[in-house]
Formats: sequence, structure tokens, C-alpha cells
Amino acid sequence: MKLVGRAWVFGDGIDTDVLAPGRYMSLSPRELADHCLEAVRADFASNVETGDVILAGENFGIGSSREQAVESLKILGISAVVAKSFGGIFQRNAFNLGLMCLSCPTLDLSNLREFDLVELHMKAGVLHAGKHSWDCEKLPEFLRNMINDGGLIAHLNKQSNAKEDK
Amino acid sequence: MFSIVEKILSRASGQTNFAVDEYLSCKVDLAMVHDSSGPRRLAPKLAEMKRKLFDKDRLAIITDHFVPAHDEASQKIKRVTEEFVHRENIRHFYPEEGICHVVLPQKGLLSPGMFFVGGDSHSTTAGAFGCYAFGIGATDMAGVAATGEIWIKVPQTRLVTLTGALGYQVFAKDIILNLCGRFGMNMAEYQALEFAGEGIATLSMQERMTLSNMSAELGAQAGIIAPDAITSEWLDAHAPERTLVDGMPDTYWQSDMGSHCGPSYNVDLDTLSPYAAAPHSPANAAPLTDHDSPEFTIAYIGACTGAKLVDLRAAAKILKGKQIASSIRLLIAPASLADQQAARDEGLMQIFEEAGARFLPTTCGMCAGYGVDRLGAEDICISSTARNFKGRMGDAGSQVWLASPASVAAAALTGKLTDPRHLVSDI
Repeated sequence: MKLVGRAWVFGDGIDTDVLAPGRYMSLSPRELADHCLEAVRADFASNVETGDVILAGENFGIGSSREQAVESLKILGISAVVAKSFGGIFQRNAFNLGLMCLSCPTLDLSNLREFDLVELHMKAGVLHAGKHSWDCEKLPEFLRNMINDGGLIAHLNKQSNAKEDK
Repeated sequence: MFSIVEKILSRASGQTNFAVDEYLSCKVDLAMVHDSSGPRRLAPKLAEMKRKLFDKDRLAIITDHFVPAHDEASQKIKRVTEEFVHRENIRHFYPEEGICHVVLPQKGLLSPGMFFVGGDSHSTTAGAFGCYAFGIGATDMAGVAATGEIWIKVPQTRLVTLTGALGYQVFAKDIILNLCGRFGMNMAEYQALEFAGEGIATLSMQERMTLSNMSAELGAQAGIIAPDAITSEWLDAHAPERTLVDGMPDTYWQSDMGSHCGPSYNVDLDTLSPYAAAPHSPANAAPLTDHDSPEFTIAYIGACTGAKLVDLRAAAKILKGKQIASSIRLLIAPASLADQQAARDEGLMQIFEEAGARFLPTTCGMCAGYGVDRLGAEDICISSTARNFKGRMGDAGSQVWLASPASVAAAALTGKLTDPRHLVSDI
């Protein structure tokens, strides 16, 4: 499976409070998403388009276990995140909610410009941007399937429905 | 050559040949939820998936967050929880006895070698009993409830060596705060930590629980301690009829020599002094006497990490025959009914009362900021809890310092940061 999208480029340490600010956590998921990343890019929520990809540095999503950090990116239409490394719980939550997140330790952000078109090959675990390409982690098939189905609940749901149809 | 973590993952996954960073699907021996992460979240998701609970006897439900139910929302959560327990015929239901991480082992539900998940970030506590234990979110828990399985990325088992033995008035909390201060809250990068070394043998089970509990503050997925004679003795006393995992003796669950990888860490217990963490992060920890002290308005002894029987004993030693400062309030919420009863039997509750303390119910209480007792904007609190994030215990303007129960008690006597080693000489 291949995915093409515009790139948003962020640095190191984008934490869960930047993704889903604590003071807006009582709002609806849609309203909360409007504040996603505003602390580092005020125009993010208003300019992001469905299918966009986030490229980032170390420890993307570090911080709390709140699933809203992932949910906000999903609501805004982000199709994948590629980062040098992730907060462990964030990446778990991302897979479970159906957001593709691949770590890419060698990713060189200085070779990337905002809104460059990038191509992500999920199965091979390769990211292409212009002349450059980087090896990302390769996810096992069961995780790729789960993410494609839209996350863990949808994946199990599909299995239940498949059983009923038999 | 396997670490204790790899031995547990191997059994849980049925795989023998795997490496760090590989993905495994593991069978869960036991899952635990509390009233916040429990039925109110699980029931709708199970219904959406048209799935039944995988095994009613492998799900423990322990209510501790929204209890006592002081408002309508809390009463609703309590009702939803009770209805689920009744409908699903849950055997391991322990309402309003104490904090889930402390109650769980008291009920004899843990045994070394178990693969355990909990719907709370401090579920790492069960690692003190030689279980692979980690906290998961609502979606993950729904998957476990439906299938009894969970995926895991094989972590490094990083070694934390404790050399020597803790000195007078220095505790497990000080070990963790030392690590938080030196390495920060992402020290473990979501890998597993194993606490080992000669220092471990000097720590009681409840002190070990503090290490595993606050592995979460070090960014670890799990913080495990291999079982020894102290573990087996504790478990035999609390669960005389416990079943050994795979019939293996407790001592089977050990790391082989040379099986650790990634960075390793060392804490010298002989030279460790009492620590305190300034607002608003455990990573702001430093030796207690290095800080400039504020004037505290509240001293809080509570939480799974800071109000177990050993914690209450440490605080009582400081407070015995003394009065708290007139400028401060001392609030004590024992971690469970069993700990509270034992404290009463030992005369500790009377010591607290005579010193001027006020008691709160045996729940998460102020630590999670869910109940009626919350910090106000002007409050500066010194607390035996695990986290001092901005606003966690109440108003966003409040400030929380973290320290051991003994150091919190010492601060209650003077109203300021006070080295507990300088207070007692007679016991």
C-alpha cells in the first residue's frame, strides 16, 4: 500500500499537550482538534488538508496516555506520521485508533520543506521525498491490517461481522 | 539467554524465537480496571463489537477513583459499574476498599510470571511481584476484554542496579525521585526496566511496589523486580492457595546473566539522601536540602505510591508525640482498608490524630483530583503521591512538591521542607 500527501515538518519533542492541550480536553473531539499543534503552528488546524503527512523529529507524542492526541490528528485528516522516534504509548494508541505511525531514525528533516509531496510505502517501510528516500520501520502484517481497517475496534468489529455472515 | 521479561513474553505469546522490537500477540493472564477506565468505557465498546467478555474470572474490577460517589456523575458511574458486575457475574469485584494497585495483590491475584494489563498508568505496580505489568488505554482494554489478547512490541530489558542499602529516613520514593531528577521522565523510552542488585533484598514488598509504580514516571512500559524469598513469603501469606504460573517455582522467573540490553543505570543506596521534586514535574527532583523551601499550606499523605502501611509507619515515626505546624493542614488517605486497619492496630492512626491530621477515605482521593477534596489556587502542597503536574490535584494555580511520606510528615511539623533525618533520634 502506498500513500501520497503533503508534508508538515516539525522538530523534536512534540508532546501530547501540544497535540491535545489539557485546558481544552473537556471540549468535544472536533473542537479539541481545532487546537491541535497550535502552540507550535498557529495555522495548523485551519490549513491542514485531508491526506497530509506529518514528518517530525525525536519523541513525537511523548507525554500522557490520552488517546485524544491521536484522535485530533485523525479528525484533521492526517494520513500518517513519520518521526525519528515516538512516545511509546502514543504510537500504541495510534495503531489502535488506525493512524499509521512509522519511526524512521535516519530521517533528515533538513532535506525537507513544508508542503513537499512525500510518498510512503507501508509494506516496504520506505519514505520518499523528492530525490531522497529513507528506511522506516516495517510493521508486521497484522498491524498494517488493523490500521487499514481503521483501528482495533473496527478490526475486531469486521471479524465479528465476518463470522456472522458465515 | 533470556531476561525475566522475555521469559514472561515467551510464555504469554507461545513464541520462543523473537528479538527486541519484534511484535508479538500475548495472552493476558489477568486484566484490571477501575471505575474510571472500567465498565463505563468497556460495555459500549463490547456492544459495538458484538463481543462478549473473554473470561469473567480474568477481569478484576476495583473501584477507587469516583468513590465515595459525592455527586450525580459519580453515582452514575458507580451504578454502571455495579450493573456490569452483576450482569457479567464478575467474581473479582472489590468496591471502595482501596486503590486498585494496592488492593490487587492483597486479594492474592498476582503471581510471578503473569502477563498483566491494567486500565491505569500505574498498573506497572504489579511488576514488584515479578509480573510483566503495564497500563493501557480504553481502546486497548476493549480489545483485551473482547479477545483476551494484546499485541506488544518486545522491549529492551534495561537494568537498574541498586547497590548498598538505604540509610536512616531514606526510602524507595527517594530512589525513584533520584532517577527522575537525573534522567528525566523519558529515561526508559517505553522499554522495560528491571530493578536488581543487592539493594533490592533490603526492600520490603510495599517499598518495591513504589519502585515499580513510579517506573511510569521514568517513561517505562514496565518496571519489574524478580521474585525472591521476600516475594514468596508475602504471596504465601496473602494467597496461601495461589497457583504457580505454569507450575514453575517463583525463583524460575529470573533474568539470565547478560540478558539485559540498552542503557543501564545505577543508584547507590548507601549515599542516597532524601529527595524532593519541585512543581510541576517529577523530573524537578533534587536532594531535599538543595531546594529553597516555600511555605506549605497542605501536607498530603496518600496514593498507591505513598500511603501503604510502610509509608504510614514512616510518617508515624516522625509525627509521634508531636504537633503539626499551625500554618499547615495534614491530610492522610491510607491506600486501602487493610492498610488502614493494620495502621490502627499498630496505633499509627492515633499518632496521626494526636498530631492534628485529618483522615480522608481510602481511595485515589486528592492525587487524581477527582473527589471533593482538591487544592485551591493558593495552595502549596507537599505530597507523597507520584505526579505533580500542573493542576492535577486541583486548581491550575496550585503547586505540588513530591517527597517520601517521612519527608512529607517532617514538612507537616515545620511548614517547610525539612530533612527527616534531623527530626528523630529516639526511635
